[in-house]
Amino acid sequence: MDRLELPGVTWRGVSPKLVWVELVSGAVFLLVVLAIAVVTLLLGIWWVAVPLGVIAVISVINLALTGRRVRSIGYQLRDDDLLFRRGIMWQRFVAVPYGRMQLVDINRGPIARGLGLSELKFVTAAAAAGVTIPGLPENEAEELRDHLVSVAESRRAGL
Amino acid sequence: MTEPELAPATPATVPELVARLTDGEWHRLHPATPLLKGGFALIVVLGWVVSNLRERLIGLFVPRFDDQGDPVDYIVQHGIILQALLIVTGLLLVLIAGFYVSWRMHTFRITSEVVEVRSGILFRTNRKARLDRIQGINIVRPFVSRLFGAARLEISQAGHDANVHLSYLNSAAADDLRREILRRASGTLAAERAAAAPVGSVLDRRVSELFAPELDPDAAPPESVVRINLGRLVGSIVLGTGTLFAILLIAGVITWVSITGRLIVLVFILPSLLGFGSYYVRRFTKSLRYTIAGTPDGIRIGFGLLSTSNETLPPGRIHSVEVSQPLLWRLAGWWQIRVNRASHTSSRGAANQANTTILPVGNLSEVARVLELMLPGVIGPQTSSFIENGTISRGEDGFTNSPRRAAALRPLSWRRNGFAVIPGLLVLRKGAIWRRLIIVPQPRLQSVGLQQGPILRLLRLASIHLHTVSGPITAELGAVDRDAALAFFTEVAEVAVRAGQSDTSHRWRSGELPA
Repeated sequence: MDRLELPGVTWRGVSPKLVWVELVSGAVFLLVVLAIAVVTLLLGIWWVAVPLGVIAVISVINLALTGRRVRSIGYQLRDDDLLFRRGIMWQRFVAVPYGRMQLVDINRGPIARGLGLSELKFVTAAAAAGVTIPGLPENEAEELRDHLVSVAESRRAGL
Repeated sequence: MTEPELAPATPATVPELVARLTDGEWHRLHPATPLLKGGFALIVVLGWVVSNLRERLIGLFVPRFDDQGDPVDYIVQHGIILQALLIVTGLLLVLIAGFYVSWRMHTFRITSEVVEVRSGILFRTNRKARLDRIQGINIVRPFVSRLFGAARLEISQAGHDANVHLSYLNSAAADDLRREILRRASGTLAAERAAAAPVGSVLDRRVSELFAPELDPDAAPPESVVRINLGRLVGSIVLGTGTLFAILLIAGVITWVSITGRLIVLVFILPSLLGFGSYYVRRFTKSLRYTIAGTPDGIRIGFGLLSTSNETLPPGRIHSVEVSQPLLWRLAGWWQIRVNRASHTSSRGAANQANTTILPVGNLSEVARVLELMLPGVIGPQTSSFIENGTISRGEDGFTNSPRRAAALRPLSWRRNGFAVIPGLLVLRKGAIWRRLIIVPQPRLQSVGLQQGPILRLLRLASIHLHTVSGPITAELGAVDRDAALAFFTEVAEVAVRAGQSDTSHRWRSGELPA
């Protein structure tokens, strides 16, 4: 099928180690679902099995596609804006001019920290933009943050 | 705090009172502030408590009082009238002193760069707001404060509850003060300062104010470009979306009663009927005496009959505009205009409507006039056709519309569902039943998004999103042709960078000064 592709863009991918972060958190979620299923079945609430089963199937499919999903995450630092994409079934592209930056967050979850990964969040005045790049190696995330701050400073725009 | 030595020489353009308020020193608010802020209510409550609980209160201090008659008799008989009066007076004095001290401690100052407010007795707060970040200035005059000649000045800043309130000020000075603040925010003063000789003394400032260009452009208040007569106001409210729900509700109730024959349901309906009633009354009073006019410092919107509100939005503070038409309004050809703004107020004052509605009701020519005011310079003769096409038209008329295969997702509106990039603006139109036109000024665009889910991919479609600050409007357009969406995304990404860098609207008049 013809997926959306922007011409002339060379994407920078994120660390393949992000797969493990996603796998572990997916597995934890599955375990929780399983535990709820066991408890409710022991209590004899049978109808709960249907939604739980659906959730379980979806998350298993999700887990199976983790590798592709992680490979689909990409960004490119263009001259004046940051281009970001993610998703395979639900593709999403965002272009944010550097000058619109309000702040940059770096977050590290427990699993990601164990693997030396960080998540970089580019915040603008618009809540809907949601540019969050997960799975960046720690030093790369910090370099990227400093770079973004400096280019945002030189291209600053108002609200 | 003392009057500057040069007061008599004040140029006529800046009234003396305003010149004094904006001299950069700390000033107090209107002396009636404590009363307007709830002093009345407290005194009334105190009186009520005293009159109701006087027996218990007195019983507290004089235990043997219970078997006596009227406390006044008791007081007179026992000669303790002095003590009783003292207690009441003491309470009142404490209250009045509290209000007085809080008024004394509540000071503000306005310099050429910031407006700063200090308040609080035990918990001090200090709020400082940059003038070039002002999103709008609102002057509210609640009914009671109008009797005292006082007005509340609200300076909106971006963010949640980030507004600076100056309540209350002298009503006559409030308008002039707003004009002066906006003039300083507009960048003219900054440019003057750079050009003029060293400024510091009051004399220099006054002189530079004297020679500053076009100081009293709206000395004569500009005419409102829209007049809403009473009939249309009532009609627009009756035909509003609320009425649809009311009709549905009443129809449902009638069916229910005729089928079951039980009237008990009416008991539950009554509160919602009251709710609808108050909704209508609120809509009505909010839109009474509505005016909208253009000033050099932005558009000014006023409304209200007893409690009035009057807000100025400087240029470049409107992040997106939506022209929409509730279903029943189509009969009359009416439209409303709403906007997204960077400032959000969770608290709404007496006549403070959701300050995102710019035009409560108007026909197409009035919509065009209001849009011209709101987006000056970009809506001209060559773009006005886009506005007209965007609201009512469909088909090939300058908009890039959805292809025929989008009819699966937009069965009625696919011929209309489209976008256009015109100089300075991004325009989306959509909806065949609830018709909408969304306009995003290019310098206000924060980022642009492109999305595609599995269904859209099957149909070779995509959806485009224009991200602006949050508000009632979400600028997105679904079911666009895939290639057109990609081209739009690429183009708008460039446009966003260019427009953002060349924008100077935070100092909207800085460019127009002769050096």
